[in-house]
Amino acid sequence: MISHLEDVIVQTVGRILIPFIQVYGLYVITHGHHSPGGGFQGGVILGASFILLCVAYDINEAKRRMTEKVDTVFCSLGLIIYSGIGVICLVLGGSYLNYSKLYRILPVNPIDARSMGILGIEIGVGITVMAVMISIFLDLASRGEHEEGLE
Amino acid sequence: MEFILTKYHYWIYIVLMMIGFYAMIGKRNLVKKIVGMNIFQTAIILYFISTGAKRGATIPIVEHGQGGAMHAIHAVHYVNPLPHVLMLTAIVVMVSTFGVALALIIMLYRRYKTLEEDEILELRK
Amino acid sequence: MTTSPFPILIIVVPLISAFLVPVIGWWRKGLCYPLVIGALSLSVFSSIFILRMVMGQGTIHYYLGNWAPPWGIEYVIDHLNAFVAIIVSVISLIIAIGSKRNVEQELPEKIVYFYCLFLLHVTGLLGIVVTGDMFNLYVFLEIASLAGYALIAIGEDGAPFASFNYMIYGTIGACFYLLSVGYLYVVTGSLNMGDLSQILPDLYHSKVVLMAFAFFIVGVGLKMALFPLHVWLPDAYTYAPSAVTALVAPLMTKVGAYVMIRIVFTVFKPYFSLELIPATAILSWVAIVAILFGCILALGQTDLKRMLAYVLIAEVGYITLGVGLANRAGLTGAILHILNDALMMAGLFLVVGAIVYKGGLRNIHQLRWLHRKMPITMAAFTVTALSVIGIPPTCGFFSKWYLVLGAINANRWLFAAILLISSLLNAILFFRVIENVYFEPARYAHNGGIHEETSRDEAPLSMLIPILVVAAGILSLGILSGEIVSNIIRFAVPGDL
Repeated sequence: MISHLEDVIVQTVGRILIPFIQVYGLYVITHGHHSPGGGFQGGVILGASFILLCVAYDINEAKRRMTEKVDTVFCSLGLIIYSGIGVICLVLGGSYLNYSKLYRILPVNPIDARSMGILGIEIGVGITVMAVMISIFLDLASRGEHEEGLE
Repeated sequence: MEFILTKYHYWIYIVLMMIGFYAMIGKRNLVKKIVGMNIFQTAIILYFISTGAKRGATIPIVEHGQGGAMHAIHAVHYVNPLPHVLMLTAIVVMVSTFGVALALIIMLYRRYKTLEEDEILELRK
Repeated sequence: MTTSPFPILIIVVPLISAFLVPVIGWWRKGLCYPLVIGALSLSVFSSIFILRMVMGQGTIHYYLGNWAPPWGIEYVIDHLNAFVAIIVSVISLIIAIGSKRNVEQELPEKIVYFYCLFLLHVTGLLGIVVTGDMFNLYVFLEIASLAGYALIAIGEDGAPFASFNYMIYGTIGACFYLLSVGYLYVVTGSLNMGDLSQILPDLYHSKVVLMAFAFFIVGVGLKMALFPLHVWLPDAYTYAPSAVTALVAPLMTKVGAYVMIRIVFTVFKPYFSLELIPATAILSWVAIVAILFGCILALGQTDLKRMLAYVLIAEVGYITLGVGLANRAGLTGAILHILNDALMMAGLFLVVGAIVYKGGLRNIHQLRWLHRKMPITMAAFTVTALSVIGIPPTCGFFSKWYLVLGAINANRWLFAAILLISSLLNAILFFRVIENVYFEPARYAHNGGIHEETSRDEAPLSMLIPILVVAAGILSLGILSGEIVSNIIRFAVPGDL
């Protein structure tokens, strides 16, 4: 367990920085399809902001903000978004992950639909990566002693 | 000598890979094994990335927006993005392997109170 | 290019279900199991449908996201893929049904995570089988392996350490595979298997290609536990929970064997692996040593599960021998043996699961009177054991027959002799168990015959039915093996062999 080091400087800096890190993470995710970045990178940044919270405060504080169950649901949710979009393309008559078919349900032309589809994928990936980063960190930092971690 | 210098990135990756490989096989401490595993995987990532590099090339992103796609695209001006994309996936695999390895190590430490392979083998008899 | 969604459904259904399991398990634990069964049944259904399609219209190409290869990822399904995909999906469905009670007994608190990993493992294996892209194969290989490490680690006392060792070796194998993909990419600029096999012939004399091939064989050999690289296997499969061993043991090594066949005969043409370098000759010698080594070391084991793990090493040797012989009969035997061995190992490990569920004793010498306690299970065990030995009506005979035929066609009389010797060794091995199960050991008969009257205590129906299905499968596939060979495997063996 990380010790309860009540450091004013670290906590204040963390409190100021975390929102900016998270906004930056969201920026990286949403601009992933036309600039460097994407779901993986943005997800890691989001996860890192949360890890900063754990380091600056302690794990219990972090777990109060995101419980183990919510984290597990986020893990699954991202992947379900990802493969769900693929399956929607499948249902709309294209092959798996053929986003251009999404124009039938989105108010855009097939070319923009590709852009929208990949954005959805990035969001799904981002959510999962963030949740997995948090989950790995919590499991390891608490030496697997919190409720539904290791064992 | 020139043989070494002109292909220096390959030599670096081979040396790194052998260091990692030795640590995985030769070291008796489990954490050192995992560190070796990471070096090993990083060496392979280095290899892939170095194959995609080009002198004087830039990131493979076509200028977005109005008319951006109209210009002719010369592959010479861009680094090969495929190895980077592959390695992004390989990094994810590497992180998950690392996570599983650390989780296993915590389980082992809880059970045997040591991370030396010899001592664990001794305790298991 | 096909627009039929079945090639992708094989993978997507277990993948989505794997991640629905934790969500649903959070809400209601009891729903996990039906979800798993439903997902695997859909996979079975799609793979059977695909085999019918392949048999009707030849090789199927499926472009992910409609990007044409070699730029996009392509799923290619020919007779070999479709055949292995059916094996993987059917066996995993049988195991999921048969190991339900084991899971409830051995891992009561981890059911949700167990089923999540179970489905991920199956997704990985099916992905390896259907993909036509080298790098995609690596990703699926790692999905299957990572799920496998985690599944094995939840076992009994020695499991975390065994799993750690497995992970170290498995990672080396995967990295070697990745490295060789990198080598091939550097010289060809392609990752698509079909594309590679067209570009490579001009480059067969390049040292890079040679190195890539060597790394492939070592990497895949590590994953499929080929003899000198098998060290992780006995521990990992002995200490894993019975449900996990029943899943991982029949499938992981077989899928590894499939990858080897794919690489040696599809990505590289037989001309390269047969004539340019003595790869197949080396493989067949390694396989021979693996067969002998596996059988002889299995003789020394008293733990039933460990003994079966060594038998598995020998079985991997059989498949590799078929690959190494590299003639029609030999390769037919190898592909047929993938099916037979998956069935036999599933049957044997399910029986071990049933024994553990009822008594908890796995020592061979403590199995006596078991035929009174669990007559039906033991009958199924005997059928399966006869198949491993290679007694005619069972399917094990036919694949060995093709292997011996292949050895004779290749003028390798020594290999044929060793195949027969290994059958004898297997007979000793399994009759040692069967003797303990059915007959009173002599030392007890001496003390005036202490008859421990054991009451009948058969395994529950949910375990018994899968075991019987496997046993029936072994018998009927033995009778039908001619049909299988002439309708499916004949097309799976490359034409220029």
